[in-house]
Amino acid sequence: MKPENILSQLNIFGQCKQYGISFWQCPQFLFLIMGLINIASSLTAWSIGNKFIDSPEAVILIVLSVTVILFIIAFIIVQSFDKLAQANRMKSEFISIVSHQLRSPLTNLKWALDFLTSGNGGMISEEKKVEYYKTLSENAERMGELIDNLLIVSRMEQGKIVLKKEMISLEELIRGLIHDFQPFATASNVKIKFKAEDKMPKIFADPYQVKLLVDNLLNNAIRYTKNGGMVEIGLSSRKEKLFFEIKDSGVGIPKEDQKYIFQKFFRAGNALKQQTQGSGLGLYIAKSVVASSGGKINFKSEEGKGSTFWFTLPIK
Amino acid sequence: MSKTILLIEDEQALQKTIGERLSQEGYEVIPALDGEIGLKLAGTKKPDLILLDLILPKLQGLEVLKKLKENNETKEIPVAVLTNLEQIETVNKALELGATTYLVKANYSLEEVIGKVKQFFNQ
Repeated sequence: MKPENILSQLNIFGQCKQYGISFWQCPQFLFLIMGLINIASSLTAWSIGNKFIDSPEAVILIVLSVTVILFIIAFIIVQSFDKLAQANRMKSEFISIVSHQLRSPLTNLKWALDFLTSGNGGMISEEKKVEYYKTLSENAERMGELIDNLLIVSRMEQGKIVLKKEMISLEELIRGLIHDFQPFATASNVKIKFKAEDKMPKIFADPYQVKLLVDNLLNNAIRYTKNGGMVEIGLSSRKEKLFFEIKDSGVGIPKEDQKYIFQKFFRAGNALKQQTQGSGLGLYIAKSVVASSGGKINFKSEEGKGSTFWFTLPIK
Repeated sequence: MSKTILLIEDEQALQKTIGERLSQEGYEVIPALDGEIGLKLAGTKKPDLILLDLILPKLQGLEVLKKLKENNETKEIPVAVLTNLEQIETVNKALELGATTYLVKANYSLEEVIGKVKQFFNQ
């Protein structure tokens, strides 16, 4: 081992910081503490044993209690190793899911390009070519969106998101998003209704984050609503908070899937059947945004009938 | 008579690309955008080859494959799996269920896939 490697091994605080867990869960730190306790307890037992040599029971008792403490610390160390192993496993799963999700649009891009650039491309009309260009652009966008979502999640998990709060009108933000989603809603044959109480107060929040939150909920509501459905949005104020509600007449979330719905990458069984595309990150992001803004989020849903998601955000 | 190929694939973009390219080669292509429709069309149209994706709406690809092989009417139709899943368990499962071949989309260009189809019919 090179000297600088030994030094880096000794930099316990640096190593623990890299793991992203607290010192009391960090194996290196706990090993140091256990070592110190080991030395201290041996010295104490020796000096106490010297003084109270007449009472061997007292020495036994002290040794026993020290053993118990060491046992507990060892247990915590094992647990934190387990946590690290779990984090590692999640990382592998993450990579496997993400690479698969990126591969689908990538194949679409690659094969559409193959088609356009191969000699056989000459056999297709200009009109068809335009269709293929559209495919290219749609799939590039799909990849871009997925990467954006992944970066957001990664930043959130590392606690790197700094909220840039300002006074914003949630009502205006919602109206803007409904406008942006109108073409998608029309194409899906879904109507969007929006009702807000009069004179809604502005809120002190990060507009980018709140937009992300409403965007994800609205996107889901339209995406999982069958043809001819309706999405209803309501906004009201309750005490020191604004209450947002979005109700759809969509596929709903099966009971057995409801407890996992905010988990990263989780997609309900019927959502998978309805729409094979989707990253399973939208609601995870929504929940993280609400949590970091000091609000609450939840839902009620019945399979086949629809879902209602709501969140609150503090006004100040 | 031209050979018919049933293309069970939920990505519209791929339906278009593979479908049109196969048509250019003189094959008759029957598109199916989900597993249920694919299974039904396999029974009614009796294609000469089925290209099957695995992540499908309504009925997953492996289920489609299993049902095709259980049915006396469709069990002789060769099925080539064409997917982006490449976990070894999935590959083994598909081959065990009777898939003729297993192609991972990301590993091939469009022309290579078309080449594989042509090769299959020329054997």
